[in-house]
Amino acid sequence: MIPVCRLEDLPQGESVRLDLEPPIAVFNADGELYAIDDTCTHQDASLSEGWLEGCLVECPLHAASFDLRTGRPTCLPARKAVRTHPVSVLDGTVWVHVESDLAAQAPHTAAAGQGSAA
Amino acid sequence: MNTITVIGASLAGLHAALALRAEGYDGRLVIVGEEHHRPYDRPPLSKEFLTGALTAERLSLADAEEIADLDADWLLGTRAEGLDPPSRTVTLTDGRRLSTDGVVLATGAVPRTLPGEPLAGVHTLRTLDDAAALREELSRGQVRVVVIGAGFIGAEVASSCATLGHSVTVVEAAAQPLLPQLGARMAAFCADLHTDHGVTLLTGTGVRALHPDARVPDAHVRGAHVRGAHGAGHRRVGWVELADGRFLPADVVVVGIGVRPATGWLEGSGIPLDDGVVCDAGGVTSVPGVVAVGDVARSAGHRDEHWTSAMEAPAVAARNLLAGTTVETYTALPYFWSDQYGVRLQLAGARAETDTVRVVEGSPEDRSFLAVYEREGATTAVLAANRPRPFMRARRELARAGMVAA
Repeated sequence: MIPVCRLEDLPQGESVRLDLEPPIAVFNADGELYAIDDTCTHQDASLSEGWLEGCLVECPLHAASFDLRTGRPTCLPARKAVRTHPVSVLDGTVWVHVESDLAAQAPHTAAAGQGSAA
Repeated sequence: MNTITVIGASLAGLHAALALRAEGYDGRLVIVGEEHHRPYDRPPLSKEFLTGALTAERLSLADAEEIADLDADWLLGTRAEGLDPPSRTVTLTDGRRLSTDGVVLATGAVPRTLPGEPLAGVHTLRTLDDAAALREELSRGQVRVVVIGAGFIGAEVASSCATLGHSVTVVEAAAQPLLPQLGARMAAFCADLHTDHGVTLLTGTGVRALHPDARVPDAHVRGAHVRGAHGAGHRRVGWVELADGRFLPADVVVVGIGVRPATGWLEGSGIPLDDGVVCDAGGVTSVPGVVAVGDVARSAGHRDEHWTSAMEAPAVAARNLLAGTTVETYTALPYFWSDQYGVRLQLAGARAETDTVRVVEGSPEDRSFLAVYEREGATTAVLAANRPRPFMRARRELARAGMVAA
């Protein structure tokens, strides 16, 4: 598990990008927390900077849209799903359970942003 | 319709084919492509592909399964040479003649070149093969690159060359880079991006001629210094002569002075041409059974060269082709992006020359801002540098105000 940030630092409609390899984006979509791979499967763009609407996030570069619950694209130009990762909150801290081969990797910086974190 | 032929196998052609199948068309589908490659994405060619961050495989626009699902006859490495609407026949350069009921024109555009003797080391950048040839020349140690034209392609190539450690000079005939697209104030921002990264920017001067390198006079004979499609048997470039009389030494020259629509093969076909294939807002031409999409289409009086419309408009054109008339039009907000010198520029809307510009978030000095173009109090376009989320909001608001899809 990797710590993301304090829950109060991730208000509704906001996102956090974890600078892992590959990076992971954590979203607060209307009170529900979701984590997906941050890089759009279409081209190099950060989904944490995308447009959040319900359970969908729209890529800021080409408007590909992904379902945060499944990671699946809902429209072109993306054709491949992003991976999803379980999220939990323990004592007010948000944690991500990074799926598969990343589990053993140590976290780098977890910069909490206000959406458009550069 | 029993047979539909899509002429052009890039983004727009592929998406026309996908849309035809999605609409339930189950007849014969033929896709003609001049290049030997299956459809691939062009925008990374001047960026990640040139710097080596992306391989050709990663550019593919459709995987094996999607290609199989499309169930099309792919005629690659051959070009359409003529179209005869009365007999519904397409002639290919390899001599084949195709009978077809419907035609999607998606031949795109070709780069403009400079007149004069062909020289090795002089490149344009449009295709994967173009980019591979340029990349190969940039991989043999530090060279002096002269980029002619400071438009989006020129700026991206200059940025990639600077990233690779080359010595780069950009020559622009206008007083500032991207002046017609962005206006003077934002053009100044783009000029600073070049110079901040050690690239020399020469504006207000055109190019008079390219000259061979007199130090290797025997290259023509031996051909030892030139390889590949770009210049086999030609003398090698050595100098760029500017209109103001200066000579710039150059090992590699990249010409980025715009494109012209690939319509030469349609001359005399009866398809109306005027800087592109003339069609309505639904891609429908005045010739029954013929629609146009992508860079080659002059749709409702406008021809844009935007990736997003090349991807989206074909679905509309496909429906109209199958319906036999214009049942739908495509009216999206123009959208464009460019990555240069670590800055992602995004532009949406239709800016006129007299529009004023105002920075509403961030600052150009910080290389992160959102700016709006305005006319009589109304926003006409939005420009962002490294501000993706505010840009998305502004783009949506602009689309809503104009009642078109973002």
